Amino acid sequence: MIKGKTSSIDLGKQPFALDQRHISEPLESLLSAFTDTRVLTGRYLAHLRRRPAQLAVTVAFPVMILLIFAFLFGGMMQAPGDYRIALVPGMFTMTMLFGLSATMIAVVTDRQRGITDRFRSLPMSVSAVLAGRAVADLVVSAIALAVLIVVGVAVGWRAERGLAAAAAAVGLLLLLRFALIWVGILFGTRAHNAGAVTAVQTLEFPLGFLSGLFVDPATMPPVLRQIAEWNPLSSTAAAVRELSGSPGWPSSSWISEHAVLMAVVWPLVIVAITAPLAVRRYRQGDNA
Amino acid sequence: MTLAVRAEALRSTYPGSTVPALDGFDLAVPAGTVHGLLGPNGAGKTTAVRILTTLLRPDSGHAEIAGIPLSDAAQVRKRIGLVGQYAALDEILDGRANLVLFGRLAQLPAAAARQRADELLEQFDLVDAAMRPVSTYSGGMRRRLDLAVGMIRRPAVLFLDEPTTGLDPRGRAEVWSAVRAMVADGTTVLLTTQYLEEADQLATRISVLAAPHGAGGRVIAEGTPDELRTLIGGDRIVLVVRRPADLPAAAALLERIGDGEPEVDADLQRVTVAATDRLAALSATLPGLAAAGIDAEDVQVRRPTMDEVFLQLTATAVR
Repeated sequence: MIKGKTSSIDLGKQPFALDQRHISEPLESLLSAFTDTRVLTGRYLAHLRRRPAQLAVTVAFPVMILLIFAFLFGGMMQAPGDYRIALVPGMFTMTMLFGLSATMIAVVTDRQRGITDRFRSLPMSVSAVLAGRAVADLVVSAIALAVLIVVGVAVGWRAERGLAAAAAAVGLLLLLRFALIWVGILFGTRAHNAGAVTAVQTLEFPLGFLSGLFVDPATMPPVLRQIAEWNPLSSTAAAVRELSGSPGWPSSSWISEHAVLMAVVWPLVIVAITAPLAVRRYRQGDNA
Repeated sequence: MTLAVRAEALRSTYPGSTVPALDGFDLAVPAGTVHGLLGPNGAGKTTAVRILTTLLRPDSGHAEIAGIPLSDAAQVRKRIGLVGQYAALDEILDGRANLVLFGRLAQLPAAAARQRADELLEQFDLVDAAMRPVSTYSGGMRRRLDLAVGMIRRPAVLFLDEPTTGLDPRGRAEVWSAVRAMVADGTTVLLTTQYLEEADQLATRISVLAAPHGAGGRVIAEGTPDELRTLIGGDRIVLVVRRPADLPAAAALLERIGDGEPEVDADLQRVTVAATDRLAALSATLPGLAAAGIDAEDVQVRRPTMDEVFLQLTATAVR
């Protein structure tokens, strides 16, 4: 049944496009990293096509939470303006946070199946594995965000300050998601069991609630209020409200007055800390 | 003679462990042969494979794959294929997509990766399943696809870490047949296994790794399957008697027929002895039973178990 057939491709002489001496080595590895990233992004996007139900759940979940807060809890909530409209940018931000455990699950699954080890035994670029993950997760979050924007508009949210400002808001949201991808990769390379994934999933909601996403931190006890204001999620949500002209909580501290600035700074700080750790951890593999 | 794998005095201790996983591990595998690493759980087989496939850095020692030192990991990775203990496949993608994916990541151009994928699907008898998601595959099919992925770039050395662990007999036969076909094709294979029979069936030469307690993490015997069989006294003749009173007579009979001291298990009413020539020993046992008036319940010939192999090898202190 199994034929010991000699390959018709002479792999020994295969002109591996990037394997030739006259291409300088840094350029060679850069090109190869680019190709590897493209191939791996394709892999993750193929997963989406083959598991449409999973994508549907990822997209529907934030919509559901938005509707719950807008129409079930919303009547009790207070905001300077329509609470439902103030809520929408908060839910955009929350959707970025929901991606954290998705990234982590993908990384843990590849590790547990031995796929990560196989990647590490191939002559491919380390950064491509992580970059491919990042690009694919950004695509998923962008899809979820696009659907949520449509629902947000139906609820009454508008980009009151023009398309350019709205585009900047989307950019800030995806920047936050990019930072959370690295957190998810780092957690995923460190998790030893499925329990760790569940823990992160469970903690997403408290982390989202302890912020200015759903309510004004000024209504919280002093310590919690401080934490909520300095929660990086609050800066992104406040920046999106500012850029879309949505009603928001009155600014009362330095951090809440510099929302747009901090919505750029926070994610960059997070990436600067987690990305090198994640890459280092990945290189070490599961040995340490 | 070109060596496909050469390892000298590899040592490795996992962080937090006091016992080294590898403690002076030596290996020489000539190109075009199959080398078996035989040992129980914890003997260091997987650690050796992880080091030789660049996944783990040894604490000390030296190793080369096809003449390239492990320190040049990028070059080594172009010459190896790894098939780990668990089928490292993308469950969501179909079989062909898996081959193309890993082919692309092994730096094959897109067209070559697709062509190679189709070739391997045919070679490993997976053409019919090529478009089905891997999650629908049987254990044997997964393993075959896993082997095909390991072969995607025609590696100089293919590492197989316990390729049949967890497979049913049919799956095991499928994998053995696939490995034989690859070897016939000229691939050098380094294979780890817990099963003596598997090493016997597939390997040109076998290195036996010591059990973890005591002298773990090093090779205690090395040779062809025949040489090792001689070293461990060949197969085993097992005689089960109906009456406990017959045990001494049974032991005396097997001592005469077999090679070495018979082992008596009074609880199971069973006597076991090593036999270099299994058929001669068996044909001498049957008339011997009648002559000695032993009421036998069962007579078996079997391969030595891993326990017996290690007992024998550590007892004769072969180094």
